[in-house]
Amino acid sequence: MKLRDNVAVLDATDLRILQVLQENSRQTYTAIGRLLGIAHSTVYDRIKRMEQQGIIKKYMIQIDTEKMGAKNITAIITVYTDPKVIEKVAEKLCDAPEVLDVYTSLSEELQIMAKVVAETQEHLHEFIANSVAPLPGVLRVRTSIVTKKFKEEQWSVVDSGRVNIYKTSV
Amino acid sequence: MSKILKTVPREKAFYFFTSIGNYTGVSASSMREFMEKINEVNVKSLEFHLYRGDFEKWVNEVLQDAELAGDVRRLHGLNLSSDAIRGQLYSAVSRRFKRLTSMFSQAIV
Repeated sequence: MKLRDNVAVLDATDLRILQVLQENSRQTYTAIGRLLGIAHSTVYDRIKRMEQQGIIKKYMIQIDTEKMGAKNITAIITVYTDPKVIEKVAEKLCDAPEVLDVYTSLSEELQIMAKVVAETQEHLHEFIANSVAPLPGVLRVRTSIVTKKFKEEQWSVVDSGRVNIYKTSV
Repeated sequence: MSKILKTVPREKAFYFFTSIGNYTGVSASSMREFMEKINEVNVKSLEFHLYRGDFEKWVNEVLQDAELAGDVRRLHGLNLSSDAIRGQLYSAVSRRFKRLTSMFSQAIV
């Protein structure tokens, strides 16, 4: 891995390691090395370097909350704001534990989209009424409650068999 | 009495929604503003909040006006049409507002 203009340039081996980790981050260096046909010390060095560079931010687990009996509801909210305060509103939303993802969009109007979870519809409404609507610069809020989840995955850095959008250095 | 007519901080204002999570962009920070916004906001919002008991709750807990809260609560059982909700609600709030402002101005003379 090299640095170009302060941006880490990953080679094909780095990307393969990331792909394997995304599938299962609990695999040993030896197992990853065996899978990719490289030495475990190489796997170790590359992972450590990617951690230091902040490319690997953290190792997480994915929980199936439905199997835990949780009946949370998920909603996608669109927050229309005064353009001058869009960043501030987005940052405020990031602070709320109910908010899982926050994005800004430049489509028709400046807007923020956020994924929110709540125990009930009433809790969702209270959160928006007490913590989103009163934020200075919020013009209106549209909420769509998710009724069925068809897919939920993290974006994969390498998808074998398809063209990779990353430029890899060889 | 003057307390009831005060302007409350924005985090305690009333925010008008048309359904769960759908904020209209209209809010009210005082009884006067609440009265004005009743005439402006989408009638769906009035229906949504009236039958959830949100108006009476805000009037009682934030404006601390138990009398107006009672008047608003009584509208629930009347099975009003959308337009009648606006008229009846506006009438209840404006009547109370006029009474309070008149009492307040007499008290300071």
